[in-house]
Amino acid sequence: MVRVFRNRPYLLYLTRKAVWYLVAFVAAVALNFFLPRLIPGNPVSVIVGQMAAGGVDSATLERLYNAFIRDFGLDQPLHVQFWIYLTGVLQGDLGTSFMLYPSKVWDVIRQALPWTIALQVPAILVGWIVGNVLGALAAYKGGGFDRVAFTGSLVLSSIPYFCLAIIFVYLFAVRWPLFPAAGGYSFGYFPEWSWSFFVDALYHYVMPFLSLVLVAIGGQAIGMREMAIYELNTDYVNYAKKLGISDRRVVRYVFRNAVLPQITGLAISFGTLIGGALVTEAVFSYPGLGSLLFSAIRQVDYPMIQGITLIITLTVLLANFLVDIAYGFIDPRIRAGQVGER
Amino acid sequence: MELIRILLRSSRFVTGFGIIASVLAFALLGPTLLTDVGPFQRVGGLFDPPSSDALLGTDNFGRDVFTQLMYGTRTSLFIGLVAGFVATAIGVAIGTLAGYFSGVIEEALMGLTNVLITIPPIVVLILLSVAVDTRTATTMGVIIGVTAWPWTARAVRAQTSSLRTREHVDIARISGVGSLEMMLVEILPYMFSYIFMAFILQLTGGILAEATLSMLGLGPFQTVSLGTMLHWSLLWESVRVGAWWAFVPATIFLSISSFSLILMNAGMDEIFNPTLRHTR
Repeated sequence: MVRVFRNRPYLLYLTRKAVWYLVAFVAAVALNFFLPRLIPGNPVSVIVGQMAAGGVDSATLERLYNAFIRDFGLDQPLHVQFWIYLTGVLQGDLGTSFMLYPSKVWDVIRQALPWTIALQVPAILVGWIVGNVLGALAAYKGGGFDRVAFTGSLVLSSIPYFCLAIIFVYLFAVRWPLFPAAGGYSFGYFPEWSWSFFVDALYHYVMPFLSLVLVAIGGQAIGMREMAIYELNTDYVNYAKKLGISDRRVVRYVFRNAVLPQITGLAISFGTLIGGALVTEAVFSYPGLGSLLFSAIRQVDYPMIQGITLIITLTVLLANFLVDIAYGFIDPRIRAGQVGER
Repeated sequence: MELIRILLRSSRFVTGFGIIASVLAFALLGPTLLTDVGPFQRVGGLFDPPSSDALLGTDNFGRDVFTQLMYGTRTSLFIGLVAGFVATAIGVAIGTLAGYFSGVIEEALMGLTNVLITIPPIVVLILLSVAVDTRTATTMGVIIGVTAWPWTARAVRAQTSSLRTREHVDIARISGVGSLEMMLVEILPYMFSYIFMAFILQLTGGILAEATLSMLGLGPFQTVSLGTMLHWSLLWESVRVGAWWAFVPATIFLSISSFSLILMNAGMDEIFNPTLRHTR
């Protein structure tokens, strides 16, 4: 085992990370299974009871009840239930939806997931890049520019995503109807690979995208500014300056060093920002997971909620793992085998 | 006293503190001084615009938005405080233990922390909130706090393991001071400013987490919070019918609460972390 990794620090780093993510994955699946079972009594009868109060007819209830007891394997002991759940998940079977009966949860999620990814991944990446450049500039220039950029970033980053989203819808869709107020595409269109659909979808994309990007820029800029100010005060920078090395080059060194922790910050963003971003989708009635979650919670669609939380976790874990792989390439200390864990 | 005098020198801290104190005063004193209706009392119809009767109009149930705003802010701050206390307490306990004892205890506690950090908090929040069938403001605060501590634990561990190597700790160790007393007397007091800043961040996070959960429809039952106000106004399409008074007040209060707390934090950061000050 040890011999395989000798002189291959990157492989060691990668394996360690992979093991960690595997543990996190198992923990997430276990949480996803056990937390819902904290509901006192039989979760299916609780849910079906709530649906009965909602005015669903008794024949449908009976059918649902039996289907869910079978699906969850609720007549079995707990460890058997967990096994049923686990094998189901691994085969891509997340159960049957309540609100869209008899659609399978995974089929519904599969329709929504591309919208969420197409909205959030570019928003986080663009926010990260612009925020870092802005933060580094603020630290380097100092003075009035810094004060304006820092205060602006503080204001932006402290507005909750969905608050900015609500204000955007009101100002730019209702008050001055420049952009559509809701949805991912116009009524009458159907998702397909055509130019006119693409343009229409892009038009609906602008506002949700901007509301996410602006807040992300603020948060990243603050972090980068701190790191860059710290780097600017270090000995190597003073030494480089005394040597008469051009400002341009010094800035490049500083940026490279300060951006490393920010890459870790990128991984964190995926996990922490997803919550606010989901609500942003609900505000825009964007056809992604957030809007789906919003209706699933309202209609107590338990399998759907559980399916969405699982898919979100998996997506975030995957995104984090990709960032970690990239980090291993970028940080020379890992290539040199000087640090294994950060 | 000395600490307060230092803090008052930062204009960012003072501004942030001033804003959040005013918001708090509005939430605590408002119901007795500024209104004479209850938060659930119907005073008009669906989305009545602002008038002299209802300063900020009415919501979808015909309730007074101005009154709702006071009670809502009160609930949101309360949930944020509970979440902040719970998260900071767990985070500091785990972080100090992990930082003070190296070896198996540290490995186990930090392993747990690192696994929990990778799982998005919103997921655990949603699953826990759905599982708890009677959500009061207190249970929501506890649920939020229980999911938010890993960041604090990680930061506190780093501080503790650097404090552990200080000379005064060595001297105490030679004098035969026990582990518990060591952590409480020789380590924790030296991190106080740091812990306070972590608490402020957790408080901000708690307020926003409540709003996020409530907007998704997992808010506290039979209580008004800023998040539930936004939830109802979203559900009743107040934005699209142009009833700005139903959603703008809660939006602004959420934003300024979080802005003022982050500003306080930035001010403290400047004071306690001299390396962050611009030298040029």
